[in-house]
Amino acid sequence: MNSERPDPDRLLDLVNAEEAREQRGKLKIFFGASAGVGKTYAMLGDARQQFARGVDIVIGVVETHGRAETEAMAEGIERLPLRDVPYREHVLKEFDLDGALTRRPAVILIDELAHSNVAGSRHPKRWQDVCELLSAGISVHTTVNVQHLETLNDIVSGITGIRVWETVPDRIFDQADEVVVVDFPPDELLERLRQGKVYLPQQADQAARNFFRKGNLLALRELALRRTANRVDGEMQAYRSRNSMLPVWPNRESLLACVGPGEAGEKIVRACARLAARLDVPWHAVHVDAAGAASDERARQDMLRVLKLAQELGATTAMLSAPGVATALIHYAREHNLSRLVMGRPGRRWRWPGQSTLGERIEALADDLDVLRLALPRTARAQPPKPSVTHVKVKWQGYAAALAACGMTALAATPLLGVLELTNIVMLFLLCVIGIALRYGRGPAVCASLVGVALFDFFFVPPRFSFSVSDAQYLLTFVVMLLVALVVGQLTAGLKIQVDAVTEREQRVSGLYEMSRDLSAALLVEQVAQIGARFLVAEFGVKTALLVADENDQLKVLPGATTEVDLGVAQWTFARGEAAGRGTDTLPASRCLVLPLKATMRLRGVLAVDLAETGLLSPEQRRVLDTCASLMAISIERIHYIDVAQKTTLQMESERLRNSLLSTISHDLRTPLASLVGLADTVQLTKPPLTEEQRELIVSMRSSAMRMTALVNNLLDMARLESGAVHLNRQWQPLEEVVGSALNGCAALLEDRPLKVNLAPDLPLLQFDAVLIERVLCNLLENAAKYTPARTPISIEAHAETDFVIVCVNDQGPGLPSGREDAIFEKFERGSKEGSTTGVGLGLTICRAIMQAHGGTIRGQTRDVGGASFVLALPRGEPPTDDGGTSEIVETESEANERV
Amino acid sequence: MSEIRTHVLIVEDEADIRRFVRMALESEGYEAFEADGVKRGLIEAGTRRPDLVVLDLGLPDGDGVDFIRDLRSWSSCPVIVLSARSSETDKVAALDAGADDYLVKPFGAGELMARVRAQLRRQLPQAASAQVRFGEICIDLAHRVVERDGQPMHLTPIEYRLLTYLVAQPNRVITHRQLLNVVWGPGHAEDTHYVRVHMANLRKKIEVDASMPKHLITEAGIGYRFVVGG
Repeated sequence: MNSERPDPDRLLDLVNAEEAREQRGKLKIFFGASAGVGKTYAMLGDARQQFARGVDIVIGVVETHGRAETEAMAEGIERLPLRDVPYREHVLKEFDLDGALTRRPAVILIDELAHSNVAGSRHPKRWQDVCELLSAGISVHTTVNVQHLETLNDIVSGITGIRVWETVPDRIFDQADEVVVVDFPPDELLERLRQGKVYLPQQADQAARNFFRKGNLLALRELALRRTANRVDGEMQAYRSRNSMLPVWPNRESLLACVGPGEAGEKIVRACARLAARLDVPWHAVHVDAAGAASDERARQDMLRVLKLAQELGATTAMLSAPGVATALIHYAREHNLSRLVMGRPGRRWRWPGQSTLGERIEALADDLDVLRLALPRTARAQPPKPSVTHVKVKWQGYAAALAACGMTALAATPLLGVLELTNIVMLFLLCVIGIALRYGRGPAVCASLVGVALFDFFFVPPRFSFSVSDAQYLLTFVVMLLVALVVGQLTAGLKIQVDAVTEREQRVSGLYEMSRDLSAALLVEQVAQIGARFLVAEFGVKTALLVADENDQLKVLPGATTEVDLGVAQWTFARGEAAGRGTDTLPASRCLVLPLKATMRLRGVLAVDLAETGLLSPEQRRVLDTCASLMAISIERIHYIDVAQKTTLQMESERLRNSLLSTISHDLRTPLASLVGLADTVQLTKPPLTEEQRELIVSMRSSAMRMTALVNNLLDMARLESGAVHLNRQWQPLEEVVGSALNGCAALLEDRPLKVNLAPDLPLLQFDAVLIERVLCNLLENAAKYTPARTPISIEAHAETDFVIVCVNDQGPGLPSGREDAIFEKFERGSKEGSTTGVGLGLTICRAIMQAHGGTIRGQTRDVGGASFVLALPRGEPPTDDGGTSEIVETESEANERV
Repeated sequence: MSEIRTHVLIVEDEADIRRFVRMALESEGYEAFEADGVKRGLIEAGTRRPDLVVLDLGLPDGDGVDFIRDLRSWSSCPVIVLSARSSETDKVAALDAGADDYLVKPFGAGELMARVRAQLRRQLPQAASAQVRFGEICIDLAHRVVERDGQPMHLTPIEYRLLTYLVAQPNRVITHRQLLNVVWGPGHAEDTHYVRVHMANLRKKIEVDASMPKHLITEAGIGYRFVVGG
């Protein structure tokens, strides 16, 4: 039962993925087997239809190659201007990405997805531009030829003999929302070619003609159709796994590509990527650096390029340092649960008897792992890795040292010949071999063993100073000595590599540890920058700069930066939250690699690392760098929140102070006024009764006190509102309630006036502070009573609009002074200057402050029919739908007769 | 004569206000006692057994709300709270604790006396009538029927419960929380919009003009008050 239910986590992932997809633009690819099949024509035809339907569609780039019929199709559709890019002495026209992002059409047409941008553009490839457009929510229609797909690239070059350098990663193709195959029979294509209807680049005329052979075209067509069929199959499977209740267990038989540098490595990577895609499994690509070749910079960069390709094709990559290639691979495979190893098959060559290939060794060591061996092209196999100059020097020094050490040993042993047995002299030579192995590695150790045996024979074994041997048993000594020297040398050299690797790792870890310890004590962002820079200099020897975002999201370089940063790259990284610059897909021409500082809550800034002198980083180094960046991000966030906490405490403290001050003032001012009013009242109650004159005096005293109270109330309310000390007690409630209580509160003032209340029956619940809104209405009603002739009517109306509920308080008085409709809301402003009516002009200012605090507005106007009208707009929001009534009815139906 | 005089306790720290409240009460024939703080007030309340208490919320030696809680543990005499404006939370707390009405300072003697009379009237023993009449409305509690001008009206059970609870305590201010507690039960104390929505419906049925109610009066930000009206 359970197994038939879809896994809730997986469903949630699906929903999230679906949501993310909704946000993104849609990618539609017109896919063809070769140039000339009419992809652009088909794309434009489709665009015309959409354009006619009123879709906001524009042309980003379309190559019509001067074909009239294609040109005609493009007519009438808006074209974005291209950007001029100076390149050497030419000016090239390129697609203007920023222009397109600013224009924000619904759909944009971008021809030739595989196009490479001119050096210095934001992205090196056009498909990366397209990715940025998609994530900005703009849909893209584009065209691709089959030979441009990354993993099919070498197959196509095998078929046609022409290598294409402009490629598109397969995932772009696979993740496209729609793929339209533009198919054209080869014979007709060749016919079109003969008629000159197919555009061919001038310079490669001959090559292109070779390309357009019927055999090629047939093969390409098949490849294109098959690739599309694969895609459709994948869609079908995804659909089934989404909609069927049967769980589809992912097959975890993942792949491990064991790669070396150069073309052979690339071939293995591509093949493995294809295989992984077919099997729908994750895959890893690793290189084992057994000989400690990390010191050879060129080989390392070579290797990193291969690993970067693997990464682009979706692999997890790693570079391992270990003495034994086979054991390292097995260890890695087991650790990451990878059951199939993919490697190149070495060509036929002469081998030492008993020497085995890597594959055989792995098979021997781990029979649970599958090993797939790929044939490598002959050119790729013959890989003459020309050792760089420095490398040769190191080797050469090693061998020289081996010779010198053997010579020294022979010299030192000569005077001891009479004292020591020959067997002990052998020991001295072995010692020398171990020393060489430890210092210089395997090759010099082997050299030292051979030379050592020769010297021992020549100088010590009788007859001395000749290679001939008198006693045959010394031959055994030589053999044993040589074997022991070789084995010990080998082991020692292996040990050395391992020790070096471990030391390096240990250093890195302790460096990170030290940095995180320092960071946890940092109290200023500047300190974080300093600590980070110290670590990065020690670890990578690179120059760095730390940029931190301020409140307005503007990046600011912190002092202590040792490199120039291109702010464009930095802003891009900060805006997108992805690494950019050297070694990435975005703006790779930049000097620096710029990493986003991602903390838990948000991006805090970026870290720029100058790689101009050091070159690309290995995956391990990159991981350390990422760790370093996230440690810094967390520290910056921590510092930020310390700041926030301090500010909040300060704010709370000052607010508390202000509140207590205000309430003290209000108490001290109001209490005597309250006594005054009350005492005035009681005077009238005293016996004997007052004279009429005295009574009048008392009444006027009382009303003065009341006016004074109103004034104090207004001033205090204003002070509260202005200081921001007012906390809205917002609750969902019907408007009529507050209108009712306001009318009730002003009943005495409105006694002699006809009142009209007209609230629309469909008013929604509104979220407001009843006391404050009542205050607004009371103030407006008081004003209306104050400024209009007695016995003129006052009305309150309300109706709902899309986002606001509008409340109008209308009177039929003289209206507002024209041109001063806004000024009356200012402090101490009054409608009429004469001062015939009492009160300081704070009422409307308070109304405006209250309305603003509610996210609403208030304005005054003179109505056409005469009189003033104050219009309040309160935001509607989303009222709660549950009114607590439904369940109750069901419950009480049994208990009581519903008809009461 | 002195035995039937009504006793009123004034708990207020301001001597002037105390004096005028006392004078106002005495002019109407009540006997007034004064206290200037919570402690003194509780002692007076215990010894004088007042029929009504006029209580200021801001007292020097304690909170008026504590006074009410203490008083309510042994007495049900009406309490009228005096408070400054713009302190709705204090008022609501006092009413939730058991106060019956409130007056905002400054207030006139006439206003005070009207409230005092209304509260005392409520305390008078009433003939246990199964019918309540106000305006054109007649509620027959025994038969659970509400009529307007003799015509039966349709109320939902919630509206009926709200109405009867309010009508049972005329002139008393009842907070949202109290209504929620009685009608919906504890656990809904924060859902004040329940009350408001149903009160709005009830008002539409009971009042002649719902936006200018005569009986079901809204006390903004605090709750409701039922007034029999003229």
